[in-house]
Order: sequence, then C-alpha cells, then structure tokens
Amino acid sequence: MRLRRFGPRAVLAEVADARTAAALAAWASDLLPAEEIVPAARTVLFDGVRPDELEDLLAGWSATVETVEGELVELRTTYDGPDLARVAQLWSCSVEEVVARHTSVEFTSAFCGFAPGFAYLAGLPAGWRVPRLDTPRPRVPAGSVALGGEWCGVYPSASPGGWLLLGRLEESVAARLWDPAAARPALLAPGTRVRFVVG
Amino acid sequence: MTLTVLSTGVLTTVQDRGRRGFARLGVPRAGALDAPAAALANRLVGNGPDAAVLEVTLGGLSFRAEIGVWIAVTGARAPLRVDGEARDNDRPERVPAGSVASLGAPSSSVRSYVAVSGGIEVAPVLGSRSTDTLAWVGPSPVAAGAVLPLGIATEPRPLDTPPVRRAAGLRIHPGPRADWFAPDALDRLVATAWSVEPASDRIGLRLAGPALPRLRTDELASEGMVLGAVQVPPSGRPIVFLADHPSTGGYPVIAVVEEADLWQCAQARPGETIRFRAR
Repeated sequence: MRLRRFGPRAVLAEVADARTAAALAAWASDLLPAEEIVPAARTVLFDGVRPDELEDLLAGWSATVETVEGELVELRTTYDGPDLARVAQLWSCSVEEVVARHTSVEFTSAFCGFAPGFAYLAGLPAGWRVPRLDTPRPRVPAGSVALGGEWCGVYPSASPGGWLLLGRLEESVAARLWDPAAARPALLAPGTRVRFVVG
Repeated sequence: MTLTVLSTGVLTTVQDRGRRGFARLGVPRAGALDAPAAALANRLVGNGPDAAVLEVTLGGLSFRAEIGVWIAVTGARAPLRVDGEARDNDRPERVPAGSVASLGAPSSSVRSYVAVSGGIEVAPVLGSRSTDTLAWVGPSPVAAGAVLPLGIATEPRPLDTPPVRRAAGLRIHPGPRADWFAPDALDRLVATAWSVEPASDRIGLRLAGPALPRLRTDELASEGMVLGAVQVPPSGRPIVFLADHPSTGGYPVIAVVEEADLWQCAQARPGETIRFRAR
C-alpha cells in the first residue's frame, strides 16, 4: 500500500485492486475517525483526517486481512438490452451464453460514483472486459443493467450513459437502487455482493 | 412561520454546511459555496451555525415574510430593499410581517447569502437541507411561489463585525498526482493569471489559460476527490472542485486549494483573474 497526501486533511491509499480497496474501506470504517472514506477502483480516500495519525493507523492493516463478506443482493433481470448481440460478438459466444456468463458471476460493489447509488460492480473476469460506446446514449433508462470496461453497473436513474446494455430490472427494484428516504439509501453500497438472476 | 418566494433570479438554493458521510455512495457534500459569508449571515440574525440560508446567484430574489423576521444579507453586495426602502448588507435588518424584501443584482461578486431568523427549515435529506446541483440530492431549487418554513427565531446579534476580506489568491498544497505532470507544472500553475470560464458553477471553477503539460497521458482509474481538488482534464486547463463536486473523478489532481480560500472561487465572475499561490 502506498499513501499519498491529498491536501492538508486527506490521504489517498493506493492498493492493488477494487476488492482490496473495498476491504480496506470496510476495515477502516470501524476504526478510523474520518469524515469520508471513499473506496474506488485502486484507491481509498480518507478525507477529514489528520494525515500523520492516519498513516500510523494504516500501518496496522495488511492486505491479507479477510475480506468482509457483505450482504448478498439478488437482482432479477430481464435480458433484453440493445447491446446483448454486441457483447456476444465481443465475447465470441451466443446471446444465451452471455446471459449464462453474466448470471454466473458473484459481483462485489467496489464503490459508488457517477451518480448517487450507481455502484461499480467488480468481478468480471479479465477476458470479459468490454469497451464503452464511442458516443454515449443521451438517455439510458433507470434500472438498466450494463457493462463498461472491467465493471458491471445498474443505472439508478435515467441518465446519459456509454456502457453496453444487457437488460433491465423491474421498476420497483430499480427504485430501491437510490432512495435517500430509505434507511439504506444505496441498495448496492460498497461491499455488497450482487448476483443477477434471470427474471 | 413562513416566507413566500416571489422571484428567484437565475438560481437560488437552500444551503447549510452540507452533508457528510455519503461520498462513498456517490453523494456530493453540497453546502454554501461561500461558507464564511453564510456563517456570518447566520450569526448576524442569531442563528446557530447549522441553520440553512438562501444562496442567491447574481441577485433577483424577492420574498414576502408572513411573520416578522430578521434577515441578514452577506457575500456579494446586493442592494437590499424592504417594501421599497433601501437597507444595508452585513447587518440584521427587520422585515415586518407582510413586508416584501428584495435583492437587486450585485455589481461585483456572484453569490449573496440571506439568513432569516430561525433558519430555513425545509425537510432535510440525508442530514442536510442543502441542494446539490450535480445529482440533485436535497430540496429542489427555490422557485417563485414556494413557501419556505422557518424555525424558531432567537435575537439578532447586530454587533458581529464582518471580517474584511481580500481575494488574495488560492493557496495550494501539492496534489496526490502532481507527479503526473511536467516537473515545472506546479510553478506554471502559480505563475499563470487564470481566467474564470463562464461554465463555472457550484461543481467547479473552470479556468482558462495555457495548458498544464502532462507527463503521463494514460488513463487514471477513478479515485475519491476532495473539496478544493485542482483536477486537470486532457485539455490541460484546471478545474477547482467546489461543494457539488463528484465524489470520484478520473483526472489527475495536481494541487489542493486551502479550504479557507475557496470562498474566492464562489465569488469570481467569468473573465476575472484567479491566481494560485504557493504556501
């Protein structure tokens, strides 16, 4: 782990990958007094801290600490997205095989960004990475299940988007992805395990 | 105990000190962009530091007080009138029940703050009454016809002296990705007179000037961002992240602005010059 100062009251910890970042963030959230702990693709940001103190505390962490097993959320998905054939082509397989592969992965929410409740779901094998669209769609419907780069994601609200669309969730489930009035505003908060099932 | 909004100008929002602890869910902090001005306004009318105020962009707000209230206007000096009669900024002014207070356009700076005794008590979202203009978490922007509830008022404190402020430039700390830039990039950042772009908003102050040369041109994986981060997209023109900044970003951060100096970003008009200062 490499630590970089991020101004006078924040530290950025660089780690190997998103799963490690999520594990470090989960470990730290119980121990460290920080205003914000933000895991991301290969880093964890600790904001609102005293950098010296934090650096001492982080010295006590080892990447071999067991990954905290988050809650498992199953998302019933209708696989009728406009980019299914494109993904099949990229993966050199049939559309049925795309669905079989996508439902076979247990994803982990690595971090949220882009929009509130939009989770970057890690777990796609390296060979299944897909490019983003050259020109993003101006409007992707809420609840769309998509792949972009090494990530899978579900759009909590309608927005522009450049990821490849595999399918969609039911409206009632999509509405729970981001609900600021709920006890759990983001259904797929970092650390949550996610499986997609054909529904 | 309410205010009835009659007009709002280009953008009026409810702001307090912002929400904390939800960056990991992708939620910006929001909060008053010129935090010291908002804090002064609250003190003048006797409110606590967490009371919500109105952030008025380039004037144009008017409202009717349905009960008698104290108000204080701080930040950009906008001509204040109560029932047509001129009143001062930076001090508590009484608005009797049924009277109309209006804010003209400030001749300099951008954002004025209107604190009302008791505070604006719209329903909080995730612990804050601030409107975030990136993801639109929090109350909707204030619109004509809105009826804004007020909290319980205390006595104003008219003797609070407004601090004399001077826009003396933005003091910077080296950023986490300073090594992604040419070795002299930080010096260039400081040496350049940057021009404020019209696209600047509550999310970021966008600056025009000679491009900051990058050493590394590969893609940076998205990482957490802080208030005051100076992000440099491929154009080489820096953006200073303000209260509504996205919680993660994929462009390298060359520097971080001292929080106490960020009010200058809230008040800089398009075309004006911004300078960075080494600490």
